[in-house]
Amino acid sequence: MESVTKRYPDGTVAVDRLSLEIPDRSITVLVGPSGCGKTTTLRMINRMVEPSEGTILLDGADIQQQAVTTLRRSMGYVIQNAGLFQHRTILDNIATVPRMLGWGKQKSRARAAELMERVGLDTSLGKRYPYQLSGGQQQRVGVARALAADPPVLLMDEPFSAVDPVVRKGLQDELLRIQEELGKTIVFVTHDIDEAMKLGTRVAVMRTGGRLAQFAPPAELLSDPADAFVEDFLGADRGIRRLSFFPSAGLELTTGPVVPADAGAERIAASDAPYLLVTDAAGRPLGWSAPGDLTAGDIVPERLLPYGRPFVPGTDSLRAALDCAVLSPTGWAVAVDADGRVTGVVSQAAIGEAIRSAHAAGQADDAKVAP
Amino acid sequence: MNGFFDIPSDLQHSWWGLIGLHLREALLPVLAGLLLALPLAQLCVRLRWLYPPVLGLTTVLYAIPSLAFFVVLIDYTGQTELTVMIPLAVYSLVVLVPAIVDGVRSVPEETLAAAKAMGFGPVRRYVQVQLPIAVPAILAGLRVATVSSISLVSVGTLIGNQGALGNLLADAQKYDRPELAVNSVITTAVLAVLCDAALVLARNLLTPWMPRGTRSRPESAASRELTGPKETVR
Repeated sequence: MESVTKRYPDGTVAVDRLSLEIPDRSITVLVGPSGCGKTTTLRMINRMVEPSEGTILLDGADIQQQAVTTLRRSMGYVIQNAGLFQHRTILDNIATVPRMLGWGKQKSRARAAELMERVGLDTSLGKRYPYQLSGGQQQRVGVARALAADPPVLLMDEPFSAVDPVVRKGLQDELLRIQEELGKTIVFVTHDIDEAMKLGTRVAVMRTGGRLAQFAPPAELLSDPADAFVEDFLGADRGIRRLSFFPSAGLELTTGPVVPADAGAERIAASDAPYLLVTDAAGRPLGWSAPGDLTAGDIVPERLLPYGRPFVPGTDSLRAALDCAVLSPTGWAVAVDADGRVTGVVSQAAIGEAIRSAHAAGQADDAKVAP
Repeated sequence: MNGFFDIPSDLQHSWWGLIGLHLREALLPVLAGLLLALPLAQLCVRLRWLYPPVLGLTTVLYAIPSLAFFVVLIDYTGQTELTVMIPLAVYSLVVLVPAIVDGVRSVPEETLAAAKAMGFGPVRRYVQVQLPIAVPAILAGLRVATVSSISLVSVGTLIGNQGALGNLLADAQKYDRPELAVNSVITTAVLAVLCDAALVLARNLLTPWMPRGTRSRPESAASRELTGPKETVR
């Protein structure tokens, strides 16, 4: 987008000289308070709104040169509340664009069924009507419908803001998974900064009046907000959030305080740690206990202190590790492998040390780690 | 008393013949009204300013007594069925235009935005999205228009026995046979009920996508437009 402006006849400027280079095959998030012109910007890309000034280029070609319906059919579009056709079955909804493009009925339906699976819907729902689906399911149909004709570009306008937080998280994870498989160029509008940070490869923060405040990868936004507006918009816990972008793989784990449930008395006595983590025969955590409260050969799991939520080094971020340590009654976070077996424990102090060194290194890992 | 179904020969029809005639005189005007109302309503949806004057005009037309209509029309169309049907078609607009406008406007904003974003042109959007979603409201309007039209046909008896079943009312008076009046009233009412049931059935077949619980909702919206039944003879 090159210096694009949208001015309405009454003089209101919705978008002001906005220039953005949206990278291919990644998720670009437009985020900002209401009235900042993010939806207008999105709608200029498929010409639902025509810019007053400036040009929008798609792969180097001006989108004004294309027939508007052709352009729109080459871009998937997902909106809040899904906007499904209530008078058509789920399959027919998804098959809409392929049918318009002249695919056969059989081919379109087969494609629709394939997409239902891709977005995690049971194909038995295909013959139902939208009112028979939950909000989250409808939104999945909306995504499937947008993907139906395999468009290179996907425009998403606050697609997940009308569903409850649990469903929203599921939809976000699903979108990231689909994106990993398909590698679309996605432009995603939201007012939710957490959503922006989670999904965006790059995030454009917009301010009221339709001006771009900052356009950067999430980790960079958190470490170097361009100005007070961006800093304020990111929220008070910017420091904690930023930990999401540091990997936990480098944490130094210790197995000293870890004892199996069938450990002998001397193994318990040998440890000088204030607390011991007891594991079962398979190595899964059971709970914490002070060494003095443990009787060899007679460990009752019910009497142990809960160990909280363990983290997986390498997969989870430093933020998750810190969260584990804060939640743990002993102040130690439990690290487990993918199968849930204890690989070690780490103290709050050790995590704090890792945070300091990560900041010092100043390298927020580019590989995104989910908060 | 010559019997309930013994129709006087001056009507030139059997009882069944009168029923057929009655249905034709009642339903053709509603059909014509629908064909007129569809483009009119679409204009009103596209040009918002047009809706209030159109609504006002149809209401004024509805307020013209049918007798006055007949007096004017007889000069052009004579004492024919057409003279009865033209006013009925005009009357049906007062229900059908708002029903269609409300129906088309009830299509959710995001549904229209989605259609637009998927590359639907305006015509395709109207035929494939707006009109189908407006079907429940349109059918609700048709039900009111049909029932009212069936009751109104009888007034045609005033212009040379063009009132089908209504003619029985005049004959009941003329030959002092009250059973003919009873026949007329009951048959007309049964026709109205049957036609209404047929429209409900049609709606249910056309809208498998409506949640069952809310099927009756658009109806009340349309019948609101008509404050009371139009009197048969005014």
